[in-house]
Amino acid sequence: MSIDWIISIATENWEMFLRGAWMTLLIATLGTVFGAIIGLLIGIINTIPKPERGLKRIVLKLINIILGIYVGFFRGTPMIVQAMVVFYGAAQAFGVDMDRTFAAIFIVAINTGAYMAEIVRGGIISVDKGQFEAAQAIGMNHWQTMIHVVLPQVLRNILPATGNQFVMNIKDTSVLNVIGVTELYFQTKSVSGNNFRYFESFFVACILYLIMTFVVTKILHYFEKRLDGPQNYQMIDDLEQVEGKKA
Amino acid sequence: MIASKGDRLMKNVIEIQHLSKSFGTHEVLKDIDFSVNKGEVVCVIGSSGSGKSTLLRCINLLERPSGGQIVYQGENILDNNHNINNYRTKLGMVFQSFNLFNNLNVLTNCIVGQTKVLKRSKSDAENVAMKYLKVVGLDRYINAKPHQLSGGQKQRVAIARALSMEPDVLLFDEPTSALDPEMVGEVLKVMKELAGTGLTMLIVTHEMEFAREVSDRVVFMDKGVIVEEGSPEQIFNHPQNERTKAFLKRTFKQ
Repeated sequence: MSIDWIISIATENWEMFLRGAWMTLLIATLGTVFGAIIGLLIGIINTIPKPERGLKRIVLKLINIILGIYVGFFRGTPMIVQAMVVFYGAAQAFGVDMDRTFAAIFIVAINTGAYMAEIVRGGIISVDKGQFEAAQAIGMNHWQTMIHVVLPQVLRNILPATGNQFVMNIKDTSVLNVIGVTELYFQTKSVSGNNFRYFESFFVACILYLIMTFVVTKILHYFEKRLDGPQNYQMIDDLEQVEGKKA
Repeated sequence: MIASKGDRLMKNVIEIQHLSKSFGTHEVLKDIDFSVNKGEVVCVIGSSGSGKSTLLRCINLLERPSGGQIVYQGENILDNNHNINNYRTKLGMVFQSFNLFNNLNVLTNCIVGQTKVLKRSKSDAENVAMKYLKVVGLDRYINAKPHQLSGGQKQRVAIARALSMEPDVLLFDEPTSALDPEMVGEVLKVMKELAGTGLTMLIVTHEMEFAREVSDRVVFMDKGVIVEEGSPEQIFNHPQNERTKAFLKRTFKQ
């Protein structure tokens, strides 16, 4: 019976499964965090106002072109191929034997960064032009405007898309088994290689992936609600009454 | 040339000389000469597309003028090396669409410019903000976020935010045009009270009755030029220019 097999595989190999799930979560989490930072930086660099002429304009243009190539390349190629190119390429070209976990996080981060750059760009565009103007009108410079007014709104705007990216990363780290990272798919392959029960072994992996994505989605929704703050606000005399009652 | 006007400089808060603005080949402002005196309430009227909002936006450089000078405290603001952000803190701006910072509550909207730009301490900034939120009657709403307020309330917060910077001039860009009719009154009432305190105000508006009541001077613009200016009595009761007469006839017929 399959169910008996599933239970026995899960109980006998729970340590391997959990270690794989932990590795998957680690790579996906760090990859998403660093990727989001990369995307945010690119998004911010794109908003730096370009002067009419001069060296600064040339430098900024050059940076924008390089970043454009980066985004185009990593969005336009499969992550499984990028993993092979980065991991084996680094070994061959520079004689560097990268730590597999580090390589995995690195690949997920630069891949996510390319997507996040576009998400952040969209997030900045979606902030009303009036917000920029109001900030300028009270004398804020570009950085003050970005830090105090625009970016907090951008972060809120991009949170759902970032969560989506995180969930995708949890699933897509499975392709990194090609460079021998001991994430969940890799571990499941090892387990099934021993018992030849492919369906039952991967069914266990399936449940574990589902639990991880479900929990992460719920946590992110909670954060979104927290960021939006309470639906109602308290009038000041109400607050005074509340404090009065306490005293 | 600027120095020779020394006498008037004492009175002028802002003086605009030969100001022009084009969007591509479309000339929106043509050779505007105009000044605002200290303590004066000036209303700019005119039909849509006459350039009055653009004039206001040029004054605080939200639009870069194509030519001319803006003289503030004896200096031409359009000089390349001029500190624009410092100049902007001296001008308060109230927008048609409020533009409150959506991520900040009412109190912080009125504080952020003071602490980050003027470098006031948080407690000073809070006192100043509370003072002006009382003026606009919203001191009880300091914890509310902009999306929780009505249009009229938002605009009053926007006025308090501008006042909190304690500017030399307050610029209003059609402050009641985006409001529901029943909310126009509360905003105009606040503005009338401010006009009574001797604050220097430059108001672009379609509210003719209001302009007649509060203005020291009314400026009528049409097709990018100032056609006529004078006291409300002169402009509304005895307009000299044919274009002014035609505009007022159209407006008051409705």
